Amino acid sequence: MEARVQGCVTCHGQSGQGTSNEYFPRIAGKPAAYLYNQLVAFRDGKRVYPPMNYLVAYLPDAYLRDIAEHFSKQRPEFEPKQQTTAATAVVSRGATLALSGDPSKQVPACIICHGPGLTGMEPGIPGLVGLRSSYIVAQLTRWRTGNRQAPQPDCMKRIADRLSEADVHAVATWLSTQDAPRDASPASSNLQKMPLACGSQR
Amino acid sequence: MQRRTRTFLVSAFVAALVVVAGFLYFTPGYLPSIPGAVEANPTTQTINKGEYLARAGDCIACHTAPGGKQFAGGRAMATPFGNIYAPNVTPDDETGIGRWTSDDFYRMMHQGISRDGALMYPVMPFASYTKVTREDSDAIYAYMMSVPPVNQKNRAHELRFPFNQRDLLIGWRALYFKAGEYVSDTKKSTQWNRGAYLVEGLGHCAMCHTAINKLGGSKTSQEFEGGMIPNQNWYAPSLTSNREAGLGNWTIKEITDLLQAGISHRATVYGPMAEVVYNSLQYLSDADVEAMAVYLKELPQRDSEPAPTQSARLVSPNVMELGRKIYAKQCLMCHGEEGKGHPPEYPPLASNQSITMSSPVNSIRMVLNGGYAPGTKRNPKPHGMPPFSHILNDDEVAAVVTYIRVAWENSGTPVIAGQIGELRTIVPE
Repeated sequence: MEARVQGCVTCHGQSGQGTSNEYFPRIAGKPAAYLYNQLVAFRDGKRVYPPMNYLVAYLPDAYLRDIAEHFSKQRPEFEPKQQTTAATAVVSRGATLALSGDPSKQVPACIICHGPGLTGMEPGIPGLVGLRSSYIVAQLTRWRTGNRQAPQPDCMKRIADRLSEADVHAVATWLSTQDAPRDASPASSNLQKMPLACGSQR
Repeated sequence: MQRRTRTFLVSAFVAALVVVAGFLYFTPGYLPSIPGAVEANPTTQTINKGEYLARAGDCIACHTAPGGKQFAGGRAMATPFGNIYAPNVTPDDETGIGRWTSDDFYRMMHQGISRDGALMYPVMPFASYTKVTREDSDAIYAYMMSVPPVNQKNRAHELRFPFNQRDLLIGWRALYFKAGEYVSDTKKSTQWNRGAYLVEGLGHCAMCHTAINKLGGSKTSQEFEGGMIPNQNWYAPSLTSNREAGLGNWTIKEITDLLQAGISHRATVYGPMAEVVYNSLQYLSDADVEAMAVYLKELPQRDSEPAPTQSARLVSPNVMELGRKIYAKQCLMCHGEEGKGHPPEYPPLASNQSITMSSPVNSIRMVLNGGYAPGTKRNPKPHGMPPFSHILNDDEVAAVVTYIRVAWENSGTPVIAGQIGELRTIVPE
């Protein structure tokens, strides 16, 4: 399988750990169903990023599932966490959003769904640790504009809509500066009741 | 004097009549309905045959939008004249072709005229489909009537003036279209004729593999001599030149592997041809693919341009050295020493016609964007090549592409950095 996925490695790293490039995300260890959903969405044009849409355009479901499973099982070292020059207030706002949420905006904490260690949750919620802030900002922004979507009901869309631009920047900054988790495995499925209904968890 | 005026008037009147008659002739309106047609009761066999033939024609590729409902249309076909949106061809009565008869369907396939008499834009390959027999057209019709109807309105084309004037198509048709079913060449084998029928007809291979001119027409005299695919910016190689994708020195098995599996010991398909293999060719029977291979291999060999001269192939030693270094670092792992590759998974680059052909566009695009061969029944888990656009700059891409085009006795010509920058700005597809 490693030989077959060489098409992925110049952007996502040999084991999916990511590369020095700011934008390309770590994919190693993300839940297989999440990775599969993304691959299918890229192939069918429902998630738009032309270099990815092009690469997977003519790959059948069964193979995309194999690719997803391959990367979900990888546990490479994390790239060094990002350094930030953001103001303390920004970082602390990010920490609040990630760990406690913002009840006034009805925004649940990231850790409720993305796992206590931010390593994601089976079967469909991705880990956030190890991602760079520019990637996280881009994704949340795409959700806000409707450019990126998850299966209905799209819980992430509802949350992204409730965040301000400053919130997006703050939470991305905080997330990108976290230490690598001791265990990179995603939390097990629906350990606790989800605060919002999520299509990707069904 | 008076006689001359009268002659003039008469001639003018006759000319006007001819124009009006011609106009009526070329914009024919609806076909008369024939009662008691038996076409509503096709056999399972006919429907299955129609499904197979619809695959051979790759109808689905254009008539299904990405992520959309099958055959419901809506896919934007970018043309040099503006966007054309493929119509809904599901049997929905209101928005699809549910009210069409098999006569309407055959007229569309054979003459490029829609049910209401409108002339069709030649992005619909009726110039090829005209070769399809009435029997096969009826089978495809039966199949199309059997798929789930989808109520989805057609999206209006976004063509610039004057290309949005359908009447201009009368001129286009006079220049580039000749209706007529395929006629067997009695001097050739049944197999060859079957291959010719599929390649020239439903396969509509000439749509890409024959150069398209400024009017969107292709010349029969240059058939299969290759050309840039408009708006996709991939080069469809010549099928008649052994310096490009001419198949004269390929074995039949190598050709059938490429068409059916998407990979072979000689080359791999990517880009638009990967789409054709994925949606169409992988589903064709061994016998039909072999027939196509036999026909393609026997296409007369002719080169539209002479082989590059020795001086055109000169490369500065510095460029060659940079290319060699990049090859050793980035490419050698898969494509091997001396560009021999590890076929069929990792295609060879040495004596690979698609590397050395006159247009370097495809090689440059592969280096920039990488690519996966299509996942097919015979090769369900293809290997992939990664993109290097974010790793190599224009000079480096130019050097490594130059290197693979001229090293190992490859007969290509060098490329320059300017050609890379241009292709970098194009969205991969």
